[in-house]
Amino acid sequence: MIIPHPLLGPRDAQEFTYLGDASLMARPDPYSESAEAEFCNYVYLRDNPAGIHRELWFHEQGDRSWLIITRDTLTHEILGAELVSADKLKAGL
Amino acid sequence: MEFSGFRVIKEALTSHKGWKALWRDPAPQPDYDFVIVGGGGHGLATAYNLAKTYQKSRIAVLEKGWLGSGNIGRNTTIIRSNYLLPGNQPFYELSMKLWERQEQDLNFNSMVSQRGIINLFHTDAQRDAYRRRGNAMHLTGAGGTLLNQSDLRKLVPFLNFDNARFPIKGGLLQQRAGTARHDGVAWGYARAADKLGVDIIQNCEVTGFCIKKGKLLGVETTRGYIGAKKVGVSVAGSSSRIMAKAGIRLPIETHVLQAFVSEGLKPTIPNVITFGAGHFYVSQSDKGGLVFGGDIDGYNSYAQRGNLPVVEEVIESGMALMPMIGRAKLLRSWGGQVDMSMDGSPIIDKTHIDGLYFNGGWCYGGFKAVPAAGITFAHLLATDTPHDTAAAYRFDRFNRGALIDENGAGAQPNLH
Repeated sequence: MIIPHPLLGPRDAQEFTYLGDASLMARPDPYSESAEAEFCNYVYLRDNPAGIHRELWFHEQGDRSWLIITRDTLTHEILGAELVSADKLKAGL
Repeated sequence: MEFSGFRVIKEALTSHKGWKALWRDPAPQPDYDFVIVGGGGHGLATAYNLAKTYQKSRIAVLEKGWLGSGNIGRNTTIIRSNYLLPGNQPFYELSMKLWERQEQDLNFNSMVSQRGIINLFHTDAQRDAYRRRGNAMHLTGAGGTLLNQSDLRKLVPFLNFDNARFPIKGGLLQQRAGTARHDGVAWGYARAADKLGVDIIQNCEVTGFCIKKGKLLGVETTRGYIGAKKVGVSVAGSSSRIMAKAGIRLPIETHVLQAFVSEGLKPTIPNVITFGAGHFYVSQSDKGGLVFGGDIDGYNSYAQRGNLPVVEEVIESGMALMPMIGRAKLLRSWGGQVDMSMDGSPIIDKTHIDGLYFNGGWCYGGFKAVPAAGITFAHLLATDTPHDTAAAYRFDRFNRGALIDENGAGAQPNLH
């Protein structure tokens, strides 16, 4: 797979390490009453969709940026790549 | 129809006209006592065990494609019980014992070959770890022998013992482990289940569950609604997709695992060998092809095919371990979707929906578990209590912190 890095252009996916579902960026509130159950779900449960999946990739062998890749898990087609920082700002995280 | 040596000779003399289809092709009934979703190894073994123990029940297996078209048809056929942890090892040893009498139980040639598996080690620390694992295996009666380098040189002289970076110092041998004919396992269970009256319904995809007030009433399928008292889901890589239809999120990610086979060669590898320095395992099929594989690709995938970096890595590991394979041609490679759980261990449990049961999260190791998963999942479906050897495979182990993490890798599925 070739990942279209927003700053560096097309890069081999081998340069990256994979973390998983991009929703992992939204950590539960540690001070809420149900924090324990929420963190358990956060750590262990996944949507695991067949189809479009937004996921976190780390450019470990490159500029060490975190990217959010939009990828089709049925075909491995990569539909988009953005820097996490921009996305986080947008989402207000 | 019973298989026997006499029958084979008789058919040979009469132009093989007496062989019949091994199972019926029934239309779905309006309702059943038990519906098993997934006509792979686990699903068929579960239906067989249900039918064997509870012969009066009406049982159906629903398969989206054709029987045995998922991971049972595309694995590397290794059977073994060389695990470490208390929640795992007794289960896999039960499975190993069932493999040993599989052909008698099913009256079908599963080609179970107890050729032994050798896990190689390359350092003192690895030797200690395998000595510990061997002791854990002995506690369940699984056997296990620690081999030193000179033992290995006699047994498998073709290994690269003097590799400068990863010299081979010895290995842990489980002689009772080996391989089985993967398709034959599915066919054997299908035939045996069908003989006991199980309806195996192919090309019948489950599209939804009918749930009222927390109780399951039946399943919607591409061949109409089918009522069921109890439904067991056993669909490996598709676990999350099916369970999402019942509103259940799982501690599972679906990944792709690739496997490879070389051109046919003369008998050269006498057993199953795993490399301790990279992730590589190899055996030789009865047709002569070297069957081997390595790590999963490492990202979510339902594509049933992988990418080239892992191909390169697996081949490199193979070359490092046994340089002689460099002259062999690769015949083909393929991929399967594996249900990687968050601790690398499976789940056989009831769900919070009355009548809905789940068996999955087998990662890349479901094949060896087929006989025991069949017995334990059938036990759970029939009695509502977990089988003794599968008592640790519960959903709530993640909430309780009672993980069964053989690799100690944490909640990162692509590291198990």
